[in-house]
Amino acid sequence: MLKIKDLKAQVEDNQILKGINLEINAGEVHAIMGPNGSGKSTLSSVIAGREDYEVTDGAIDFEGEDLLDLDPEERAHKGIFLSFQYPVEIPGVSVSNFIKTAINESRKSRDEDSMEAREMLAKMREKSALLEMDKSYLSRSLNEGFSGGEKKRNEIFQMAMLEPKLAILDETDSGLDIDALRIVANGVNKLRSKDNAVVVITHYQRLLDYIKPDFVHVLYTGKIVKSGGPELAHELEERGYDWIKAENA
Amino acid sequence: MTDLAQDLLSSFLVAESQLNGSRNLGVVSLRKKAMDRFEKQGFPTTKNEEWKYTNLKPILKRDYRILLKGDDAVSFADINKYLLSDLDTYKLVFINGKYSSWLSESTHQSFDICTFAAALNKYPDVIGDYLGKAAPEGTTFVDLNTAFADDGAFVRIKRDQTVDKPIEILYLTTDENGPAFAQNRNLIVVEQNAEVQIVERHQNIGTQPNFTNFVSEVFADVDARMSYYKVQNDTLHASLVDNTHVVQERGSNVHVGTYSFGGKLVRNNLHFYADGENTESHMDGVTIINDGQTVDHHTLVDHREPNCYSRELYKGIYLGNSHGVFNGKVMVRQKAQKTNAFQQNDNILLSERAKVDTKPQLEIFADDVKCSHGCTIGQLDKNALFYLRSRGIPKKEAEGLMTYAFASDALEYVKIPQLEKRLNRVIADKLGINLEFAL
Repeated sequence: MLKIKDLKAQVEDNQILKGINLEINAGEVHAIMGPNGSGKSTLSSVIAGREDYEVTDGAIDFEGEDLLDLDPEERAHKGIFLSFQYPVEIPGVSVSNFIKTAINESRKSRDEDSMEAREMLAKMREKSALLEMDKSYLSRSLNEGFSGGEKKRNEIFQMAMLEPKLAILDETDSGLDIDALRIVANGVNKLRSKDNAVVVITHYQRLLDYIKPDFVHVLYTGKIVKSGGPELAHELEERGYDWIKAENA
Repeated sequence: MTDLAQDLLSSFLVAESQLNGSRNLGVVSLRKKAMDRFEKQGFPTTKNEEWKYTNLKPILKRDYRILLKGDDAVSFADINKYLLSDLDTYKLVFINGKYSSWLSESTHQSFDICTFAAALNKYPDVIGDYLGKAAPEGTTFVDLNTAFADDGAFVRIKRDQTVDKPIEILYLTTDENGPAFAQNRNLIVVEQNAEVQIVERHQNIGTQPNFTNFVSEVFADVDARMSYYKVQNDTLHASLVDNTHVVQERGSNVHVGTYSFGGKLVRNNLHFYADGENTESHMDGVTIINDGQTVDHHTLVDHREPNCYSRELYKGIYLGNSHGVFNGKVMVRQKAQKTNAFQQNDNILLSERAKVDTKPQLEIFADDVKCSHGCTIGQLDKNALFYLRSRGIPKKEAEGLMTYAFASDALEYVKIPQLEKRLNRVIADKLGINLEFAL
């Protein structure tokens, strides 16, 4: 599904990604872990198409297409979704109209008609219930005045509505209490299928107790320095990152 | 002295005898004195601090007809689109400054919704009590208007009355006079515990340029409530200097919303004088303009008594080579303890050629007050844009959505749903976006 080859990226002459190689197939869950500043969020931003980052080398192939040529909205239309570490507040735009616009823009890009209002509403109800969100969420301004937990739930709600092929969850667990974490993880698990893939970016093992990864990668100083199965996450939880740093010093 | 100033002086001599209120000696002497002051002072230039950012020269150097003829050829079909057609309202329609009784719907039941000219004859005592008492002498455009204005809207809402439907005041200019210089005047008196909503609009429906110098004096008595909406969406041939002066007595609540989308040059001088305790003064507005347009908001809130609240929120979106000015002055006098004054001016420049000058001005002489002010000038938030785009909303739509949301935020206090809807539609239209986005 996604093939990243020797990806290098910088922001303002500061080289952050120094040659990433990663392959993700449909049906898989990958966890990317690593200490602060190792490039985890940069990697997710580059995949989603944030323009602040300049890709200096390498390629990202998504279902046979070169992703780096596409605008962020085109990547979304192809089925890539990024759950933001810090979702942006947008006063004056309601959650429901925002998601309606997003869904219909994706459909438009595939030459499909807009979703019927009734179908849209039913789907919104179903997905907000899945995330245990009160109905009043839908008419509130996007993320405005939302608590940290509400923002993250809202991200997963959007994911549920958009049904992406590849979902990247960037530190979705940060700022969540244990109940919210369970709700969010439950939402993600319900959306998993053999046709889609999930990348979980996190510092901690905690979220991975709920969303079980097939593969765990350790990102350090802009490179994937170690890959393994779920046991690697446990090892990191026990031993911390110092041994990784020592191995790569 | 400019040619226009000369023309005005000679026109005044001709007009003096024809003006309404000629039998009302008080008005005659007001006019004479006002004209004398104008003669000494002339038009302001950019050397005048109050006009530093807005150059009137290009507007003033044109020849205008000053003593205007009405135009009987205007039909309801010509003006319908400038009215809230989906709402029953009282209507006062003026064409080239002359009242059009056949396009208007006035009343003298329970409240007076009629013309300034009629009131000069019918209620000379009311005119005597209020005329010129809010708008300050010694400012060029107010003086000039005092000298010339012979008609406009007269609204008096008597004690404890609530007007059953909004009042629309429409000032139209046609090609009848060639380039026209129109000067009209509103006198609005809302008595104790009375309530009224007014929607006002100046509109050029011809192809000739015009310049309007307008004065509106508003008196809100004890516990009176008033909403006053100014819709400015005129053509690129039209320029306007609007001087609105509001005097508030104890417990009154007045909102003036100014929605500026059109016109070549629009200058809004909006002054509030809080003359009683516990008043609420709201002023807000949205400006969205493009190539060749200037909109200048000069506001003043004069807190003269304790325990008053004022709220000021102006949003501006500037495209093309447009130019915006905001100068918000808040005066808190020594006596006005416990004043709570809020002021905010936020601007987005959507073009590298657009320009905004913004200047908050606080003069505080009381020591126990809460005053806040802020202004921002910026482009759209890049993070927010990326957020919307990452969800599949294309760049242009995302920008439209964000600017729309930014602007419509200032419509929160519009109490007439039909008007709010219409303003939202204009905003969406000016920004070229689909209204699906609206909350």
